[in-house]
Amino acid sequence: MDVVVEVENVSKAFDSNVVLEDLSLKIEEGENVTIFGRSGTGKSVLLKCIVGLLEPDIGDIKFYGHSVLNKPINELNEMRKEIGFLFQSAALYDSMTVRENLEFPLRRIFNFSDEEINQKVVTVLEQVGLEKAIDEMPASLSGGMKKRIGLARTIITKPKLILYDEPTTGLDPITTKEISLLITTLQKELKTTSIVVTHDILCARIVSDRAVVLKDGKLRFEGEIENLLKSDDIFLRNFFSDQIIEENRSNNG
Amino acid sequence: MFSLRFFKEVFIPPYEFGEIKKHMEELGIKTMPIVSVTGIIIGLVLAMQSQPVLARFGAESFLPTMVSLSVIRELGPVLTALIFAGRVSSGIGAELGSMRVTEQIDAMEVSAINPYKYLVVSRILACTLILPILTLYVNLLALIGAYFAILLSDGMNWQLYIDSVFKSLEFADLIPGILKTFFFGFIVGSVGSYKGYNTTSGTVGVGRASTSAVVLSSLLILLVDMILVKVTVWLWT
Ligand SMILES: Nc1ncnc2c1ncn2[C@@H]1O[C@H](COP(=O)(O)OP(=O)(O)OP(=O)(O)O)[C@@H](O)[C@H]1O
Ligand SMILES: [Mg+2]
Repeated sequence: MDVVVEVENVSKAFDSNVVLEDLSLKIEEGENVTIFGRSGTGKSVLLKCIVGLLEPDIGDIKFYGHSVLNKPINELNEMRKEIGFLFQSAALYDSMTVRENLEFPLRRIFNFSDEEINQKVVTVLEQVGLEKAIDEMPASLSGGMKKRIGLARTIITKPKLILYDEPTTGLDPITTKEISLLITTLQKELKTTSIVVTHDILCARIVSDRAVVLKDGKLRFEGEIENLLKSDDIFLRNFFSDQIIEENRSNNG
Repeated sequence: MFSLRFFKEVFIPPYEFGEIKKHMEELGIKTMPIVSVTGIIIGLVLAMQSQPVLARFGAESFLPTMVSLSVIRELGPVLTALIFAGRVSSGIGAELGSMRVTEQIDAMEVSAINPYKYLVVSRILACTLILPILTLYVNLLALIGAYFAILLSDGMNWQLYIDSVFKSLEFADLIPGILKTFFFGFIVGSVGSYKGYNTTSGTVGVGRASTSAVVLSSLLILLVDMILVKVTVWLWT
């Protein structure tokens, strides 16, 4: 198995605010990993370091064995074509309609015909269940709809590695489940590798094989999700207390 | 540095003709009403103001010459540029600033699109190309405005007015006035883009980017104007 992403002893601080500290992580091809952690522990920062939007202060990050750091921009762009990134804020382009948002990367970076592009746009919108929104402007969409359009824009280029920053936060339980199932379908169909940042154990259980918990910029746990819920670590028990109670209830009843 | 990158990237394809055209139309439409009013008023006021002064020296017949020279060499270009800066540089600062803080610029970067080229280069070019056109238009309106002032006071006819304007004007008067507006347009576009593109600290930062873009571009316009006037005088003598 190829290692897709390798994070090696990465530290990152903003002024005196130390966010990541000597963090190492390996993700293999086809693997689906969830990252948990409290608000502000640097989950988004870690994802941004992986695509080269932020640079770690110390350490190295590799994508298929090649360092992401100090790459010339054209090599970096070649790499980015293989990576999809769903921003926590969705980051839709305000000045474009939903259709233009989805077409934008296809038209500018890849050479598809108009027909292919249209086909792809319709397909991804069906996948996220928002065919009707095709001519809307982002400003007129609800938060959850923006998230789903953001997801559509992320998957439309069929990347090898997808980084999802809280794909289901702010969505209702049914949509959450749908989106989680969509992510797993993609994983199977396209054989993507994925890293999912989430607070939602339901989503994590559906989409991932392995979980990572960050605390104070370091790895607190790494392993299967079921073991995560059985751990006696006080921090983890607190973090997942609701889920653990739920679990016991269903086991007993 | 930020502006130097413009010269590096402007010549590399893909050329964003569509974007440039879109921005030029937008800028033209956005600034048309205010520069029209300005044009007429500059002409009117300048003529009304100068008439009594010239009359004191018995040189009233020089009025059309004086007005057209001041408008075309200095007032037209500089006032248009300042108004353009107030209207456009703030708009670009705010627009790019909010794209930065809502991660839209990052989103372009991770989709392997060069946001500098797509957003910044096209805007700078649009500003640089549209301002000379606006200035010509303002100059024309100012001359018409001045004519009305003269008409009201001594009923000079249009033909006579136009004759005396063109007799006194040389090509050498028109060229420096228009040439410098390319510089001014470039200043407005690049200062607005620079402030917006490098916005930090959220929505507060967007407001700051937009105001400081106006202040800085207006100052730069006046400064560059001074330098260019000096250079033209030095070249012509
Ligand atoms: N561009 C930046 N400049 C300065 N500080 C930053 C920047 N980006 C993030 N930070 C800081 O890094 C820390 C981690 O932020 P991050 O967004 O990664 O948190 P997170 O784990 O994703 O939290 P959440 O679950 O709320 O999304 C925060 O303290 C934040 O203030
Ligand atoms: Mg985050």
